[in-house]
Amino acid sequence: MARRAEPIGAFPGIGAALLVAALIFGTLAAVALRAEPGRGFAASDWAALRFTLVQALLSAGISVGLATGLARALARRRFWGRSVLIALLGAPFILPVIVAILGLLAVFGRAGWVSQVMIYFGAEPLQIYGLHGVVLAHVFFNLPLATRLILQGWQEIPAERFRLAAQLNAGPGAMWQLLEAPMLRRVVPGALAVVFAICLSSFAVALTLGGGPRATTIELAIYQAFRFDFDLGRAALLSVLQLGLTGCAAYVALRVSAGEGMGAGLDRVLRRWDGAGVTARLLDAGWIALAGLFLVLPLAAVVLSGLPGLLLLPSGVWAAALTSVLVAVISTLLLLGLALPMAAAVALGRWKAIEGAGILGLAASPLVIGTGLFIVIYPIADPFLLALPVTALVNAVMALPFALRILVPRAREITMRYGRLALSLDMAGTAFVWRVFLPRMRAQIGFAAGLAAALSMGDLGVIALFADPEVATLPLQVYRLMGAYQMQAAAGAALLLLLLSMGAFWLLDRGGRWHAEA
Amino acid sequence: MLRLENCEIANGVFKVSADLQIAAGSRVAVVGPSGAGKTTLIEAIAGFLPLTQGRILWQGQDLSAMDPGKRPVAMLFQDGNLFPHLTVAQNAGLGLRPNLRLTLPEQTKVQRALDRVGLADLAARKPAALSGGQQSRVALARVLLQRRDLLLLDEPFAALGPALKAEMLDLVAEIASETGATVLMVSHDPQDARRIADQVILVAEGQAHAPQPTAALLDNPPPALKAYLG
Repeated sequence: MARRAEPIGAFPGIGAALLVAALIFGTLAAVALRAEPGRGFAASDWAALRFTLVQALLSAGISVGLATGLARALARRRFWGRSVLIALLGAPFILPVIVAILGLLAVFGRAGWVSQVMIYFGAEPLQIYGLHGVVLAHVFFNLPLATRLILQGWQEIPAERFRLAAQLNAGPGAMWQLLEAPMLRRVVPGALAVVFAICLSSFAVALTLGGGPRATTIELAIYQAFRFDFDLGRAALLSVLQLGLTGCAAYVALRVSAGEGMGAGLDRVLRRWDGAGVTARLLDAGWIALAGLFLVLPLAAVVLSGLPGLLLLPSGVWAAALTSVLVAVISTLLLLGLALPMAAAVALGRWKAIEGAGILGLAASPLVIGTGLFIVIYPIADPFLLALPVTALVNAVMALPFALRILVPRAREITMRYGRLALSLDMAGTAFVWRVFLPRMRAQIGFAAGLAAALSMGDLGVIALFADPEVATLPLQVYRLMGAYQMQAAAGAALLLLLLSMGAFWLLDRGGRWHAEA
Repeated sequence: MLRLENCEIANGVFKVSADLQIAAGSRVAVVGPSGAGKTTLIEAIAGFLPLTQGRILWQGQDLSAMDPGKRPVAMLFQDGNLFPHLTVAQNAGLGLRPNLRLTLPEQTKVQRALDRVGLADLAARKPAALSGGQQSRVALARVLLQRRDLLLLDEPFAALGPALKAEMLDLVAEIASETGATVLMVSHDPQDARRIADQVILVAEGQAHAPQPTAALLDNPPPALKAYLG
């Protein structure tokens, strides 16, 4: 029997998947071998575990709770700026964490806007550091994501159902019982699980707003064991704990989650006949206004406080910005080098395991991979010299699951639609890749590359683990300026980082769609 | 001569068997009820479906183990015969070089082929800027450039109106007589068969029957064909 003809080979993709798996499992093995289970967990480790779980539970509960109200308001109202607001809900995904934190500090910090109002009225200023600060930042990042996930559920209720409900003269209560509650029962567990899983591996937020024995996440504890005590055994032990947690949470999230909230069409307006009463209108307007303010104010604060500093940036910031751009470029190229062959191989449909390798990035934690790489590199070379390549690589692996979600459906469509035509023209291999596959993937490649570049540009994770004082990416530089209480310079650098991240995303995404044929 | 020697083709759980031969240079319509396996038969000859038994020979050469692009076959599919991101000239040029690195003489050939199908002025357009009939002409220009011995058509003109479809079939007939290609054409319309085919293969109940002269078969159909024609 002749082997099945395919226009594109699966082997590069299998190779890429093996590479990713080797990186993740290899570092995991290095960590596990180095861990010293006999020593057991110290009281501070238990505290870190408890704090990690508590903050993730609170963040998930509050984010999803608020998101439900906001999604409901968005689902049944149409107003000027609605589609802009919904598009804005996608922005925190590529927003550098450190930038958001500066914004949140400017609004909710001790000297922030809210505190000033409170002092004016004779109240105590807000205290943002600690558990509630960590939860606040997580809600800022995950409320939009949860809203998109839940809004998707609302949009998936067929328009005919609403028409039928309106025909039956269903009031708000009946509408809730008939349509909304069943949908929420399906969608909310998934949203909770996704946010919970994301918040478990929180590092940058905990690093800046947490800390101390009462507000340390496991990721932060790994960092501290590593940086302050250089206790690789303890870092490794904590890494195993972290991996167990994120692995379980990612598994649960993948099992119960319905969509990923990245799909298009969320700004579609459904014709609704309910919620016309004054209370309902006020309620929805309140939700939308409050949520809008909560999301927009910190960003506005970054821009406002950053503008004056932008012109007086210390030279170290420009050097760091250049480093960040370089890391982002390399990381994006690495990502495409891994993701494109993998997407092609998955599109052929016989390599389920490759998709699995891509998803591994969701369960793995950057700090754990970083610790593992350090343990592997340490005996043969100076890991600190490799800080930037390691950062670029880890960022690429972290962006891989998202890139695959963007690339695979299109790759499937291309091989299905044009595979046979290409084969009949003897266009297999390189001719197919260059003449058909890549040109037709351009928009998706641009989107994935934009995400990867922005994520890498804003990442404050492994680099904090590896960098010596001479080397810094822009997010790390912002963090260092904050630590040195140079808030003016930090704000300017944060604005620069925001511009670079968003600019990189816009440029690549736009470039991909520029003159692209449907 | 195209020989299907004791062939069995599996498409999922569905099976088609064929043991027949077609003289070189003939034009054959493949007819039969939908789901009977017409496309399966054509795709096996093109190399997209493997044989579970038997072999396919063209002029004595065994094609069974060859990749689709290496067979002496040009094929037009039901739809998606053009790449939307390539120009008309590039789409046609694929018939000469799959990597599109065309020499100057080859480019002239492409232009001549486009002239031949009446698209001389549209070489730089993209398919989206063409009508359905023009798109079919681009695909036929490519067939002309491919110069393959066998031309397989899987109802590529099904979406066109009757007059346009007749025009395309006539163009196929002309191209086939110019290149001397042997044509196999899937069709569910007996009029198509009468228009350009001198022979007809009936595919029914998982069996492809040996070719019969068109007029004789259609005027005096066996029960399986009669049930289909109504």
